[in-house]
Amino acid sequence: MSDEKKPHAIRTRIWREEAESDNPFATRAAYCNGYDVYGEMLGHARWVDMLYLLFRNEAPTASQADMLDSLALALANPGPRDASVHAAMCGGACRSTAASSLMAALAVGAGQLAGGREVFLAMEGWALCGADIGAWQQRLSGLTEIPGSIWPSPEHPPGFDPHGVSTATTVKQTLSCLAGFGVGTCLPWLQNNLSAMEAAAGRPLALSGVAAAAFADLGFTPEQGEILHLLLRLPGAAAHALEQRPLGYKNFPFGTVELVEESGKERT
Amino acid sequence: MNGPSLLQENVGVLKSRMGTFYPGSHVVFRGHDLHTELNDMDWVELYMFGVTGRRFSKEQLRLMHSIWTYTSYPDVRLWNNRVAALAGSSRSTGTLGMAAALAVSEASIYGRGIDMRAYDFLHRTRRQVEAGGDLLECIRLELDERRSVAGYGRPLVNGDERNRHMLALAKSLGLDQGHYLRLAMRIEETMLGNRLRMKMNYAGLVAALMADIGFSPKEYYLYSFPAFLAGMSPCFIEASERPEGTLYPIPCTDILYEGESKRTWPK
Repeated sequence: MSDEKKPHAIRTRIWREEAESDNPFATRAAYCNGYDVYGEMLGHARWVDMLYLLFRNEAPTASQADMLDSLALALANPGPRDASVHAAMCGGACRSTAASSLMAALAVGAGQLAGGREVFLAMEGWALCGADIGAWQQRLSGLTEIPGSIWPSPEHPPGFDPHGVSTATTVKQTLSCLAGFGVGTCLPWLQNNLSAMEAAAGRPLALSGVAAAAFADLGFTPEQGEILHLLLRLPGAAAHALEQRPLGYKNFPFGTVELVEESGKERT
Repeated sequence: MNGPSLLQENVGVLKSRMGTFYPGSHVVFRGHDLHTELNDMDWVELYMFGVTGRRFSKEQLRLMHSIWTYTSYPDVRLWNNRVAALAGSSRSTGTLGMAAALAVSEASIYGRGIDMRAYDFLHRTRRQVEAGGDLLECIRLELDERRSVAGYGRPLVNGDERNRHMLALAKSLGLDQGHYLRLAMRIEETMLGNRLRMKMNYAGLVAALMADIGFSPKEYYLYSFPAFLAGMSPCFIEASERPEGTLYPIPCTDILYEGESKRTWPK
C-alpha cells in the first residue's frame, strides 16, 4: 500500500513539487510529467494541453489538442433536457450546495444512458472490434451482462440512442467536425460505416458514441474516456444549476405522480 | 411503443406504485399511509419495506441492523471514511463529505463491488453444485476467471474479526441454518483444505445470511448501501474539530515522483 521507507509518501508518475525553502508544505515549483506548470506552461499552454498531458503523460500534437478542444466544446453542455443537467438543476432550484449539484450531475451522468459508463462500454467495443464491421455486427447484436456487477444490465447497444429514429443533426455535425481533424482512425471509419453500424445496432448513433470514438482516437483508455466524459459534461450542468437558483423551485417543473396499485399483495 | 412515442407518453407524468405525498394531507408509501399505518416501523424496517415491499421478522430485522452495526468502524485510515474526514478537515459540509464517502464505498475491493460479486458467486455456485458440479472446480474456475473469490480473503489481513460475532448473533436468532450459509462454510473448508489460504470475510458471511433471507441481488445491493455510514460521522466530526488542514498533511518531499525528468514545454 505504501513505500516501506517513506510510509506516508504518495507515488505518482504525473506530478512533482519542489518546496519553498521556508515551508515544506508550500510549492515553489510544480512539474506535470516533467514540464514546469507555473514557470513555463502557464500563459503558453491551453487547458486541453494540460488535460491531455495529465492523462497521456505526453504533450498533445497541435491536431490532437484542437480535436480535444472541439470535443470538450461538443460535450460541455448536454442541455437542460439531459438527465444529468436536470439533476444538477434540482440542486440549483432549491439552492443546494454547489458541490451537490455537480455530484448530482456526476451520479446521473455516470450511467449507461448517455453517461460515463456508456462511453466506457463503447470504447471497449473500439478496443475489441476496431475497424472490423463483422466484429461490430456480432458485438452489437447482443448485450453483454457482467455477472455480479454493480451496474444494471445493459438495455441498448452502448453509443447508440435507444429512443432515436434517425441520426440527430448535432451528432452528425460533431462526427463530421471531429473526423476532420485527421487524428486516429476510429472517427473516419465510423463516418464511412455509419449506416452499417446503425443497422447493426438497430438504432441511430448517439453523441456518446461519437465521444467514445474520439477518445479512442486520442489514445485514451476506456477508463480515461469514461472519467473525461464525466468531467467534460460538467460545465453545462454547473451553469444550468446556477441559473435555477434565483428562479427558485416555484419556476422549476415539479411533475405529476399518478399512483397505481401495487401489482402483487404484500409478501411476508 | 418505443422511440419518441414512449418518451412523449411520459412527459411530465410518472405512474408510480411506490408512492407520493399530498401536501398538507398525507403520504402514501408503497400503498400505505406513512403516518398512520407505517408509523411504528423503525427506520431499517421502513427502509427495507421500501426496497422490497415485504415485511421481515424481528429476528431478521435484528440481523440486518447488526450487520451494519458490526461493520461501522470509525477509523479514519479506511479509504471511504478518510473521504468524510478530509471533507471535515477541508471545512466542507458533513452531508457532502459523507455522501461522497458512501459513493466511494462502491469499491471493487471492498463495499458494494465485492458485496455484489460475493452474492453472485454464492448463487451461481449453489446452482452449479445442485446440478451436480464439483465445489472445488467451481472455486478454481472462479479463481481462473476473476483471480479472486469474492467473499474470501481480505485486503489488509486474512481473517475477519466481525465474523465470529455475527455468526454468534445469527445462531442466537436461529438464522444460521440456511442453505447459503452452509454453502459459504463449505466453500471456506474446501479452500483451506486445498491450500487456497483464503478465509471467509465479512462480505462472504453477510452475503450468505442475506441470501438465506431471500433478497434478490438488487434488494441486497440497496440493503447494503448505508452499511458503513455510522463509522463515517465520527471521522468527519473529529477532523472538523482539529485545526483546518491537519488531517494527513503531505509535505512536498512526500510526493514520490516516478515520472519523466524535467523537460522544456514546446512553446
